[in-house]
Amino acid sequence: MKCFKKFLFSVVDLFRKKEYDAAVKIQSWFRGCQVRAYIRNLHRITTVIQKWWRSYLGRQEYRLIVKFASCAMKMNFYNAMAVRIQRRWRGYRIRKYCFNYFYLKEYLRAVSETNDAIREALEEFAEMKEREEKKADLEREEKKRDYQARKMHYLLSTKQIPGVYNSPFRKDPDPWELRLQKAKPLTSQRSKAKPKPCISLSDWLACTSARSFPQSEILPPIDRKQCQGPFRDITEVLEQRYKPLEPTLRVAEPIDELKVARGEFRRQEWMRNVNDNMFLPFSSYHKNKKYIPLMNSSSKYGPNSYGSQHFRDENPKKWICDKDFQTVLPSFDLFSKYGKLYSKAGQII
Amino acid sequence: MSQRQVLQVFEQYQKARTQFVQMVAELATRPQNIETLQNAGVMSLLRPLLLDVVPTIQQTAALALGRLANYNDDLAEAVVKGDILPQLVYSLAEQNRFYKKAAAFVLRAVGKHSPQLAQAIVDCGALDTLVICLEDFDPGVKEAAAWALGYIARHNAELSQAVVDAGAAPLLVLCIQEPEIALKRIAASALSDISKHSPELAQTVVDAGAIAHLAQMILNPDSKLKRQVLSALSQIAKHSVDLAEMVVEAEIFPVVLTCLKDKDEYVKKNASTLIREIAKHTPELSQLIVNAGGVAAMIDCIGSCKGNIRLPGIMMLGYVAAHSENLAMAVIISKGVPQLSICLSEEPEDHIKAAAAWAIGQIGRHTPEHARAVAVTNTLPVLLSLYMSTESSEDLQVKSKKAIKNILQKCTYLPALEPFLYDAPPNILKHVVGQFSKVLPHDSKARRLFVTSGGLKKVQEIKAEPGSLLQEYINSINNCYPEEIVRYYSPGYSDTLLQRVDSYQPLTK
Repeated sequence: MKCFKKFLFSVVDLFRKKEYDAAVKIQSWFRGCQVRAYIRNLHRITTVIQKWWRSYLGRQEYRLIVKFASCAMKMNFYNAMAVRIQRRWRGYRIRKYCFNYFYLKEYLRAVSETNDAIREALEEFAEMKEREEKKADLEREEKKRDYQARKMHYLLSTKQIPGVYNSPFRKDPDPWELRLQKAKPLTSQRSKAKPKPCISLSDWLACTSARSFPQSEILPPIDRKQCQGPFRDITEVLEQRYKPLEPTLRVAEPIDELKVARGEFRRQEWMRNVNDNMFLPFSSYHKNKKYIPLMNSSSKYGPNSYGSQHFRDENPKKWICDKDFQTVLPSFDLFSKYGKLYSKAGQII
Repeated sequence: MSQRQVLQVFEQYQKARTQFVQMVAELATRPQNIETLQNAGVMSLLRPLLLDVVPTIQQTAALALGRLANYNDDLAEAVVKGDILPQLVYSLAEQNRFYKKAAAFVLRAVGKHSPQLAQAIVDCGALDTLVICLEDFDPGVKEAAAWALGYIARHNAELSQAVVDAGAAPLLVLCIQEPEIALKRIAASALSDISKHSPELAQTVVDAGAIAHLAQMILNPDSKLKRQVLSALSQIAKHSVDLAEMVVEAEIFPVVLTCLKDKDEYVKKNASTLIREIAKHTPELSQLIVNAGGVAAMIDCIGSCKGNIRLPGIMMLGYVAAHSENLAMAVIISKGVPQLSICLSEEPEDHIKAAAAWAIGQIGRHTPEHARAVAVTNTLPVLLSLYMSTESSEDLQVKSKKAIKNILQKCTYLPALEPFLYDAPPNILKHVVGQFSKVLPHDSKARRLFVTSGGLKKVQEIKAEPGSLLQEYINSINNCYPEEIVRYYSPGYSDTLLQRVDSYQPLTK
């Protein structure tokens, strides 16, 4: 019985377990469904919240991005415009101030014009100088020829004798002939000695001469009524006013001028001359020869009278009478006139 | 009577002394006699005659001494050693004008030979007495004193400073204003010698008011005076910008340009030296000269003279062109480059050629326009030949090389560059090929011309190390042309073609 009960219990138990398990299964599945539904709801709700939160964050970020993008776009636009302005300005500045092409071209043109002007001016200047030099040369030549003509004026032809330059075989006279006709004969005086640089009395006198005072021109008449009366001739008046000083001879020359001049002259001669002996013409040479007396006619105590006063040994104590010999015949006449009869030219041998 | 005889003895002695001293003075004028005189001991005989009672003998003795000392420096040293100078200086202060002239002549003759002798003159206190002589009434005395001071100041800066310290500068400026031409000349020459050594000395001369008077005298017709005046102004202007500006403010332009047309060669030379010294300082001064038409006048002047006279003018053009490209362009349009290239080819002297090469380099180095203007006148082959020739001096070679390099780096005028491909040495060839490689990629006509004129062929023949700059240039040129053409012109192409002909088997059917 117990076994059967045990067996029954086990089968019933089994059946009960089965039912129990089935009920548990059904309940757990149902509970599981419940919970799942609940969790699903929760999930759904959470997702909604998260969705909304995320969309909020995203919109925020989107706003930032849009803001930055719009800023960047604006800045790019402004930069581009600014670059456009700067570009224009820089181009203008360089072209106008730093390297102005047209100004440079203008400048170079102006420089080349100035160069041409300067070249012309310098050429003119050089030409002018050349002309002046040629003129000066020609004038010098003229002067030289004039001077020569003046020196040679005696070669001019006369009515009787044709001159050197006027040969009868020529058709026309030589140009020198014409020049000689025009020339004034040259005097032997030296013209215009150089003025002495030293300051002396003569200079002061010279400075009062007519040339040095300023000759005033006749001034234009002042407008007033005519002065009355006969007036002297104006030239006379001026002559009298500007009459040069005519010093007396005593004042004009310094007192010892002659001595000074002589001394100066003598000194110059000493400086200049190598040989101090005077150059004497031969014919008078013997006259200025110094007489050297004979030794035996001059003694220590003065010259002996023998040979200078008498030529014979005199012994007055032996004289008979004190008359001298008389000459019987006169001396030969011709030789007394020797040297005095002929011309001066004949004297110089 | 015996008194007369006594006096006669003295007179004879005086006559003898006078005669001796006059004969010595006359003999000393001829150089061949001076050796004999020196051997005969003339110095020791002349020395006591300087102290003679008679003034004429003193003067003639001084004159004879001066002529002897003038001849060579041994005699001048003998004068110094014989203690003659103190006596001369002492009597300079007291005697009459003939003696002063003769004594100043002796000082000048001694001082001209060397700085030591001039220092000896300064040491015996001659400068003060010479400066006192500058204030004398007689122009001959002033001239002799100014001449002596000029010769002393010529040697070096210390002596110049000593002369200036003695107070000579204002007196020399007064001497310049005197009417006698010879005195003006000598005073101008002395001022030039003083101011040439240093800027301070030049400033002292300028402070004495020299510039205005010197500038006025440029108009004087006497050529020797103009020489000295222009030389003085150029010595003043060369030291600094301020001095140069002061010279320019004296309104010398455009009057100075007429001196460039003068007949006398040295006037031209000194005038071009003056303009050069002014132009070399700053671009503004060069601009001033260009605006006044100075460049054209200078170019004409260069064309009309030869040799060393041209040199300052050539250098002036170089200085003007070196400052800026506008000034270089101004030189170009004044037709400066043909004239300079004539100088370069004509002149026999190397230093003048070197100066011309430098000037051309300065003109052409600024922009391609300038380089083109230089290249058109066919100057570059001349420069190249000067660089390559073994006869040129080192200076000339260096300058022509620099000029070629500078011009080539900017030259885009290809017809002028082509001859360089053929004759140039490798270091210049590099630049030439470089220029070609810069121009050819952009200009098709030039490419065609390059091929037809045989340039491409020549380029192919150039051997260059791989990896060097030359090889890069050659590659960039080759890249401008299709490959067949490059291969066609490469050396040995005809051989390869013939080889191909040899090795070709015609297809036999």
